[in-house]
Amino acid sequence: MTPLLEVDNVDVAYGSTAVVHQVNLELRKGLIGCLLGPSGCGKTTLLRAIAGFEPVAAGEIRLNGEPVSRPGWTTPPERRQVGMVFQDFALFPHLNVAENIAFGIRHLPARDRDTRVRELLELVGLPSYGRSYPHALSGGQQQRIALARAMAPRPRLLLLDEPFSSMDVELREDLAREVRRILKQEQITAILVTHDQMEAFAMADRIGVVNAGRILQWDTAYNLYHRPAERFVADFIGQGKLLPGTVLNDHQVETELGIITGLVPEGCGVGAPVDVLVRPDDIRPDDQSHISGEVLDKAFRGASFLYTLRLASGGKVLCFAPSHDNFAVGERIGLKLAFNHLVIFPR
Amino acid sequence: MNQAVIHVEHDPALPRRPLDAWKAGLVLVALILALPVLVVFAHLFLPATDVWQHMRETVLRDYVVNSLLLMLGVGVGVLLIGIPAAWLVSLCEFPGRRLFQWALLLPLAMPAYIIAYTYTGMLDFPGPVQTQLREWFGWGYGDYWFPEIRSLGGAMVMLSLVLYPYVYLLARAAFLEQSVCVLEVSRTLGNGPWAGFMRVALPLARPAIITGLSLALMETLADYGTVAYFGIPTFTTGIFRTWFGMGDPGAAAQLAGVLMTFVFVLIVLERWSRRRARFHHTSSRYTQLPRYHLKGWRRAAALFVCILPVALGFLLPATQLTVWAVGTTDEWMNTEFLRLTWNSLSLAAIAALLAVALALFMAYGQRLRPSWTNAVAVRVAGMGYAIPGTVIAVGVMLPFAWLDNTVDGWMRASFGISTGLLLSGTLVALIFAYCVRFLAVSLQTVEAALGKIKPSMDDAARSLGMPPNRVLRHVHMPIMRGSLLTALLLVFVDVLKELPATLILRPFNFNTLAVRTFELASDERLADAASAALAIVIAGIIPVILLSRTISRSRPGHDTAA
Repeated sequence: MTPLLEVDNVDVAYGSTAVVHQVNLELRKGLIGCLLGPSGCGKTTLLRAIAGFEPVAAGEIRLNGEPVSRPGWTTPPERRQVGMVFQDFALFPHLNVAENIAFGIRHLPARDRDTRVRELLELVGLPSYGRSYPHALSGGQQQRIALARAMAPRPRLLLLDEPFSSMDVELREDLAREVRRILKQEQITAILVTHDQMEAFAMADRIGVVNAGRILQWDTAYNLYHRPAERFVADFIGQGKLLPGTVLNDHQVETELGIITGLVPEGCGVGAPVDVLVRPDDIRPDDQSHISGEVLDKAFRGASFLYTLRLASGGKVLCFAPSHDNFAVGERIGLKLAFNHLVIFPR
Repeated sequence: MNQAVIHVEHDPALPRRPLDAWKAGLVLVALILALPVLVVFAHLFLPATDVWQHMRETVLRDYVVNSLLLMLGVGVGVLLIGIPAAWLVSLCEFPGRRLFQWALLLPLAMPAYIIAYTYTGMLDFPGPVQTQLREWFGWGYGDYWFPEIRSLGGAMVMLSLVLYPYVYLLARAAFLEQSVCVLEVSRTLGNGPWAGFMRVALPLARPAIITGLSLALMETLADYGTVAYFGIPTFTTGIFRTWFGMGDPGAAAQLAGVLMTFVFVLIVLERWSRRRARFHHTSSRYTQLPRYHLKGWRRAAALFVCILPVALGFLLPATQLTVWAVGTTDEWMNTEFLRLTWNSLSLAAIAALLAVALALFMAYGQRLRPSWTNAVAVRVAGMGYAIPGTVIAVGVMLPFAWLDNTVDGWMRASFGISTGLLLSGTLVALIFAYCVRFLAVSLQTVEAALGKIKPSMDDAARSLGMPPNRVLRHVHMPIMRGSLLTALLLVFVDVLKELPATLILRPFNFNTLAVRTFELASDERLADAASAALAIVIAGIIPVILLSRTISRSRPGHDTAA
């Protein structure tokens, strides 16, 4: 079965500067994908290319196997059946909520149109707001109307461009989960663009980490965190530090913290210098341990403290510790290793 | 790029990119609208005719000297009226300040030729002023000296009285935009109101004032009605004389070309000062500055400085016009007046609709296909506003007449039919000239309104399956309805007031309010001209109200009641 969306070796350029390089991705029907990356990494540009707002300079974009973008040809957005939710929601100020939602289904008979509008208002939990105007709604309500409007024509693919960025930080995760529920209920295939990994984790089935116009890894949230394919992904997803080490054999690496056991990827010969990813949950405080670090900084996280520690060599690691062990800055604490798996990058 | 072509050839099922109709249309419209200016410009490089030679030896010097003197006089006049008034209403507090803020704009509603003939009627020998003086002092003809209003000096005063609002408007905006900080620093450093004005406020506002000044001077160069009525030989009257008096359109076009170079100098000056104005923004704190409360003689002086221009530039002439119009009710309440009004209104309505439609087309085209060529096309199309109506009329007449003659000649040679005048001497030519002259007005309003609509609106509509041309109708036009109406009104009133191009291009026996006013006034039937003149002035008040409302709304931090 052909994937719903195929992005095949795509370059997108503004003038002569390419902002998206050689991007490949596939999304099966019903899944929610996410492009995650720092601002200016090209993720929004890629989304706009999929929507048909930006032409591609190389490669091809296919929907249901049918080419919609290639150099010299761009199927215009209005003929793609790809819906989009915009960062600023872009609700039409001269139309009320019901008219906004009905905008994309103008061609339907009036009765079907009204039924669909009512159904969507119900779905997004705002059944009594049909006659309100956008300016009278809160940000969260506007966002749900924008979602309903984009879903009304039952698009083949729904794109969401930083849909939660104008929301309060505390609300974002809840909203992301709420939107995921709605999309799954309607069995909609979607791609979300965001710079916030919590949002991405809460919403997406597959996440692509984007940097400098490239997708570095297209994977599940769990794998991005625990099996990052590149240094940037390791650094960008979650917290952690890289610590130098030496490969001992095919399942052991020696570091300043001691010998860490796990699967050493092929290609790292014995004695090869590598960097080991140390997550804050890979280390625990242990008074008995002969390995220690000096507390450089500490951040209270409620149930735990996040300590930044300096090791004897000067290398830094992070450590989560239960908040009843309250160490002072400057204090030395013993450390024990609690690695589940080994993530190493050749140096 | 090569790769792309190969791709398409390999897959014939893939549709080709359609011809870019927007871009082609945009450039075509811009070229057509630029035609008059280009024609006049080209005449500068044509060999001189005998009449031109003759003119260079005789009258050209007068034209240049008089036009320059007029600009000098009006320049000094508008600065002396506009700057103090602007400073007083924006930085001082005195009774009636809020009223004056917008009342000082009223003279904008008064076309220069109307104020000129109104004052002539009031101040010349048989007028009420001199009659009264003779009665009081028992003077007879030749017993006393009285300033001659129909002179170069008179024209300077008349034009200054109606053009100072340009300087006033821009200077006031600049004074209001000056941040609290700079002026407060100046006060803490011991500068009093006067020193603060001379040493801080005025230098900071200079770019804006120069912009206002160059706009006023462009209008001075464009004026035909006043100088023609006062019999002063300037460029605009010279163009009329050369064309209709000496029957040499070529020489008229060359004269128009010289006038246009004068205008271009002013445009460059204006652009340059506008660019510099950007660097003069001091900080973004625009809270209301505490005003100087004026007391005693200062208060009286401030009132005098503000009342004088409003009274002389609007109240007095408007009252005189009303008195005349009421006194001649029997004369003008007839079908002739109704026909004039209908002609003016319908002409203005058609031109306004067309100008706004063209502006929408150009501004939206540039939004859809932002490109260097399109940006230039839009600028070129909006160039006409700076060009005097006389010059545009000459530039419209020459190519249209040539086209008519060519078509007529060809039809006669081929089919033995004479098509006569298809374009020149018809309303088509006139409406075209209005579009050339006033497109900038509608373009500015439409561009500003369109710029306020976020691009995501376009994208949202398109992702919901609507093609661009329908997005304009269903999304942009309803959102900017207010601005479209404003643009329509502004062009409508400008066309209503327009005189020189209408005089040259109108079809035989076709009259408008403006033309009739001018003709009656030229025939010394001043009172009879009053009703038509008053109609124009009343229409002219509409944009003044719109303008003051926009200004008060665009500065929420400032004067809520303007």
